[in-house]
Amino acid sequence: MIRPDGRRRLWLETGGRVGALALAGLLGAMIALPLAGIVLRVSPAAMLRQLADPGVRQTLWLSAGTSVTATLISLLLGLPMAGLLATRSFPGKRVIEVLMDLPMVIPPTVAGFALLMAFGRVGLLGGTLSALGISLPFTTAAVVVAQVFMSVPFLVGAARAGFASVDPRYLDAAATLRAGEVYTFLRVRLPLALPSLIAGAAMCWARALGEFGATITFAGNMAGTTRTVPLDVYLLLQENLDAAATLSLVLVVMAAVLLAGMRQAGLGLFAPPRAHGSAAAPGR
Amino acid sequence: MLTAALQRRVGEFALECELEANAAATLVLVGESGSGKSTVLRLLAGLLRPDAGRVALGNRVWCDTSRAIWVPAPERPVGYVPQDYALFPHLSAAENIAFGLRASGMDRGAVKRRTADLLDRFELTDLAGRRPHDLSGGQQQRVALARALALEPALLLLDEPLSALDVETRHAVRTELKRLLAGLSCVTVLVTHAPMEALLFGDRIAVLDHGRIAQVGDRLSLLREPRTRYVATLLGLNLMPGRVLTRGPGEEVVLATPRGQVMAVGGGPGDDLFVVVSPDQVTLSLEQPAGSARNVLSGEIDEILPEPPYGERLRVVIGPAPAFVAEITARAAAHLGLTVGQRVHASFKATSVAIYA
Repeated sequence: MIRPDGRRRLWLETGGRVGALALAGLLGAMIALPLAGIVLRVSPAAMLRQLADPGVRQTLWLSAGTSVTATLISLLLGLPMAGLLATRSFPGKRVIEVLMDLPMVIPPTVAGFALLMAFGRVGLLGGTLSALGISLPFTTAAVVVAQVFMSVPFLVGAARAGFASVDPRYLDAAATLRAGEVYTFLRVRLPLALPSLIAGAAMCWARALGEFGATITFAGNMAGTTRTVPLDVYLLLQENLDAAATLSLVLVVMAAVLLAGMRQAGLGLFAPPRAHGSAAAPGR
Repeated sequence: MLTAALQRRVGEFALECELEANAAATLVLVGESGSGKSTVLRLLAGLLRPDAGRVALGNRVWCDTSRAIWVPAPERPVGYVPQDYALFPHLSAAENIAFGLRASGMDRGAVKRRTADLLDRFELTDLAGRRPHDLSGGQQQRVALARALALEPALLLLDEPLSALDVETRHAVRTELKRLLAGLSCVTVLVTHAPMEALLFGDRIAVLDHGRIAQVGDRLSLLREPRTRYVATLLGLNLMPGRVLTRGPGEEVVLATPRGQVMAVGGGPGDDLFVVVSPDQVTLSLEQPAGSARNVLSGEIDEILPEPPYGERLRVVIGPAPAFVAEITARAAAHLGLTVGQRVHASFKATSVAIYA
């Protein structure tokens, strides 16, 4: 029988525990302290004053409007793509998959630059667009385009996983009940994947709300038209810390509420969403 | 009339079988898990394509690989009740039942009326608004049947319809299902792993063993004359090969079997016969029965298995191979104090031995 070396074990066990606690505490503080910094920066009274300011309000409304629009467009364009990726195999699927993931990993300023190169005056479609009398850059529409570009992958990814995780037995049952592919998708796959779709839409919206780099590069920074909350926070740093803190706090609170709500509904950000009814429980 | 010839390979497993079924007689496919039963149903429903084969109902061909004919599942008049029912969890009982009607494009009013009829017929009206997870196993099964029958299918496929039920409800539902199936005018194919259910539901029974049909026949022919040891074991019968040693006087026949000499009565011509003894015809004793006219096989107990559902009867497996099985009451076993490894004597009358070529 091998006797454990008591001292070495003790060192490892206690040392490991203390070390893990210390490092975890450090990380917790690293995230919590800056947030506390925002909260403690403004008194509630100052914050209310700031929220009454027409400029601040304008920024908030612009952000709300553009991010919601971007989410709706992402749903409209993203769900069919997610459905195809989840249910079909076709040549070039790998390429499409990489393309769909790309916006999540390229630097936002590069994304903004790329958008300019496509839809800007000198871009690929610039000539066509201006012939039609459309000029996209430096408009609110450009903000939405930038937000969709940056946030739609979150929706496509989550929705695709949700569609793919629907128990095939339900799809088989639908097929024997005269349901064609499209009918089955709309009446079985879509509702069963709903938790994933909600999670995906929530992430997509949060990402759109926080979009900075692509927006400032492609849409510019014009009060009332393209200056969203993140842009305004950056600008206000230099002139009005109270206003910057107020806007930041609004974003932080909304994000926290969103995450807490998703957790409450069982929709973890990284945990795969709960599969809806994995077969009717036998017996009961 | 359903006719099917199916070949399908899934990895190492190869299914190759031919089936026939008509509306008058429920066909039961019985076999152990992994024998390919569910695969057969999926092939018939059109959820799976055979590598080679043909499926036809009456003169309508649904699949013929040699002529490249393929009718996809939604276009086949098939009612399919999968294992565990696969009721749509996001839809109520009524919506589940109406699913096929709506998918087939029936107008709303007609769907409503037909759904109400079905709810009534399956005694589900009070449960119409409940989701599947709020229904008991028996209720779920009724919804699944109503959903499958809503479209008046020409072929009904039932995959282990009782396996999702707990023991208490199973008995009641079994009787209910039997009555329902008897009243249907469509061709019905039912799959089960339980020989008891096969015998109950099967007007014709096909025994599936490793993707092949081991035997097809009606209830009695299977019970009386199992053709392979697999079929016999599945049905819980003792089957041994026997060679005729002497005949007479009268109808008496003495046969040599791997477990020793067996005396039987009757039997057809031929010298190599199957010898079948139903386990419930066998009595056990600890002492060698003296001076009895009965057949006696002796051996040591390999296993004592309670019989489902309640275990009030026990199957006593007596070695050495080929094992001989006696079915006795738990009470009798307790009285004898039977334990594994004990030497026992199994006796049965010559008249309870079936022999056939």
